[in-house]
Amino acid sequence: MELKYKIQGGNFNRAGYASSEVKKVLKQLNVDPKIIKRIVVALYEGEVNIVAHAFNGLATVTIDAEKIKIVLKDSGPGIPDVEKAMELGFTTASPAVREMGFGAGMGLPNMKKNSDFMEILSTVNVGTEVVLMNYFSK
Amino acid sequence: MNPSTKIVQRKEQNMKVIDIVNWENTTLLAGKDACEKTISGAYSSDLLSDVMGNADENMLWITIQTHKNVAAIASLKELSCVVIANNNIASAELIEAAESEGIPIISTSMSAFEFGGRLYQVLHS
Repeated sequence: MELKYKIQGGNFNRAGYASSEVKKVLKQLNVDPKIIKRIVVALYEGEVNIVAHAFNGLATVTIDAEKIKIVLKDSGPGIPDVEKAMELGFTTASPAVREMGFGAGMGLPNMKKNSDFMEILSTVNVGTEVVLMNYFSK
Repeated sequence: MNPSTKIVQRKEQNMKVIDIVNWENTTLLAGKDACEKTISGAYSSDLLSDVMGNADENMLWITIQTHKNVAAIASLKELSCVVIANNNIASAELIEAAESEGIPIISTSMSAFEFGGRLYQVLHS
């Protein structure tokens, strides 16, 4: 099964839409609720990252019998230093975004913590691609 | 049935959203049909990723954030309700989203510290 969700940069009103839809699908597929919770956290943070930093993006979600693979690909500023971006508390979010309670430097660490596999490929001034995978069995 | 069973002291396991709504200094702003939800504990934070990462199902969330994303997070995390502290004013978009997602939004004149302290006493007495 493949699902695609467009994510618009700057539009916080829609942040969480993909996560909410994917959650419904996983519930219907009777995936373990604990695993669904982790996937929802990781995907939500990925959505917010695109909304907060990029111009636009696409979440491609592939679900098979044993796992879910989420590819979040955006056109945007890219991440100059991925290792630095992964540090808890490091952020480049704007003051407006931070005032909303986003941009605390917890998004990428939350994604790492809540996925079984995470990979970031980024090119400055082009965009970022984040691949997340979660397995349905323990 | 033994008449004494009618006098039921609410315990931690069965505290409900409606119990908070019935406190002084609280006002229900949205989600009146979801007030029978049980409260398992609470999380107090204004950083949304902190709530995403650390709050758990059926928890009450204490915050001063008032924008629409509060409803998205409460819904995704299946929180029991949101308490907006210090008389901060919930945005119309938040109220609308909370109504459609069935999430009680409660406003209080208490600070996050005061509200949290009071709730802690009730849940852990």
